[in-house]
Amino acid sequence: MVSAGAIAAVGEVGEGFFKERSSDTLPCQAREAHLFCFDWARENIDRFETPTVQHLELVVLSILLGLVVAFALAVLAHRRAWLRAPLLGATGVLYTIPSIAFFFLLLPVTGRGRDTAIIVLAAYTLQIIYRNTTLGLANVPTSAKEAARGMGFTDRQILWRVELPLATPEIVAGLRIATVSTVAIATLAVFIGAGGLGTRIYGSANLNFPTTILIAGAIVIAMALLLDLVLLGIQRLATPWRRTAAD
Amino acid sequence: MLLPASPIASFGGAFEFIFTPQDSNVTGGEQVGGFSKVLELTLGQLEVTLLALALALVFALPAGLYLGHRHKGEGVAVALGNAGRAIPELALIALVAAVIGVGLVNVTPALAILGIPPILTNAYVGISQVDRATVDAARGMGMSELEILRRVELPIAVPTVMGGVRGATIAIVATATIAPLAGVETLGDLILNENIYGENGLLAGAVLVALLALVLEGLLALLQRRLTSDGLELQTA
Repeated sequence: MVSAGAIAAVGEVGEGFFKERSSDTLPCQAREAHLFCFDWARENIDRFETPTVQHLELVVLSILLGLVVAFALAVLAHRRAWLRAPLLGATGVLYTIPSIAFFFLLLPVTGRGRDTAIIVLAAYTLQIIYRNTTLGLANVPTSAKEAARGMGFTDRQILWRVELPLATPEIVAGLRIATVSTVAIATLAVFIGAGGLGTRIYGSANLNFPTTILIAGAIVIAMALLLDLVLLGIQRLATPWRRTAAD
Repeated sequence: MLLPASPIASFGGAFEFIFTPQDSNVTGGEQVGGFSKVLELTLGQLEVTLLALALALVFALPAGLYLGHRHKGEGVAVALGNAGRAIPELALIALVAAVIGVGLVNVTPALAILGIPPILTNAYVGISQVDRATVDAARGMGMSELEILRRVELPIAVPTVMGGVRGATIAIVATATIAPLAGVETLGDLILNENIYGENGLLAGAVLVALLALVLEGLLALLQRRLTSDGLELQTA
């Protein structure tokens, strides 16, 4: 309750301070009861450029790392069935640990900065990508595998040329969920000093200024939507037989 | 794997922080750490988490069950689930603090917003996927719609419905960690105020937040197992 009292007290002092002036002569952000300052937004939109690029880099690198690791685990579990449940449990534990706690659990090992953020964000995606990939591989019809074997395919060829292509819709579905979540969670990377759009939300200058919070939040949501569409497009391109079936 | 000495020492300091009060990093400040203070913060995080989860359940569960039973509003239920994942938690909490206000009364609904999409979507999917023939058989036996939902659909949908509740809980307890930004004292206080609590406090906070989330998830997994009928478990095994 100490900090709640402290924040309320600061707010009261601030209001009294601003009331003593004429609100017409103040810039929008110094006035009370402002939700969005268009003037400020127009003049300062370039402040969001670097954080947006950093944010996108964090997301793309984390997803790529998560995809490689989860994919390898899923293929391993596909060959050795006894690994399936323990791997699901292990990735579930990584998914459950809140990112912000995970950042600081790694602090003594990998320190502050982008590497730590990428490891944590990637760890968070493992469960979803792993689960969907194993599901996709399990759903491949036995008849397709048997036909391939009859044509003389080896196990490796069956995996890469029959099973994985047929599992693509499930894999991409997992990738889409993981990507949208990661775009949102990467906002927390600011706490471990990894930059991103969180830098325009957290910090004493931002916390009481809704305009910058709203702009940063809107960019995050737009980025999630855009990446989701990109992945959907990739899925369409990667599974041409589904398109013909639908047409 | 052999870790360098310093990480081990760091976590040693974190455990010391949990059990023994120590001097604050701020000169002349109060003593920080110690079991009773850490417990107070843990209970604070548990309180806001459970309140928000209850609020989310009150809104999302009946809505999801109703829509699932009627096979209505699939688009809304699925779109809500997808959109919910894109909400940036940090922006949500910061915006609530800046625009609406601080304190438990304002933070609880904000956290509940994060819990509503997974609960609603999973309740919808779980109930609507119950085999139509099973539902028709129950109706033929003379069950009312409410009885069908309570005694046929819900027991079969327990794993999916509980999956939504677990997802909501993970999202809420994680975001409750940054609730101190909006004036609600949780374990996140230790993480966000390194200048007061030092690195020992920071690490103690991280360890405790992770443990709290894992314990809640474990309890819900147990509850799910209790609620799932033995017949269903045999079927999936």
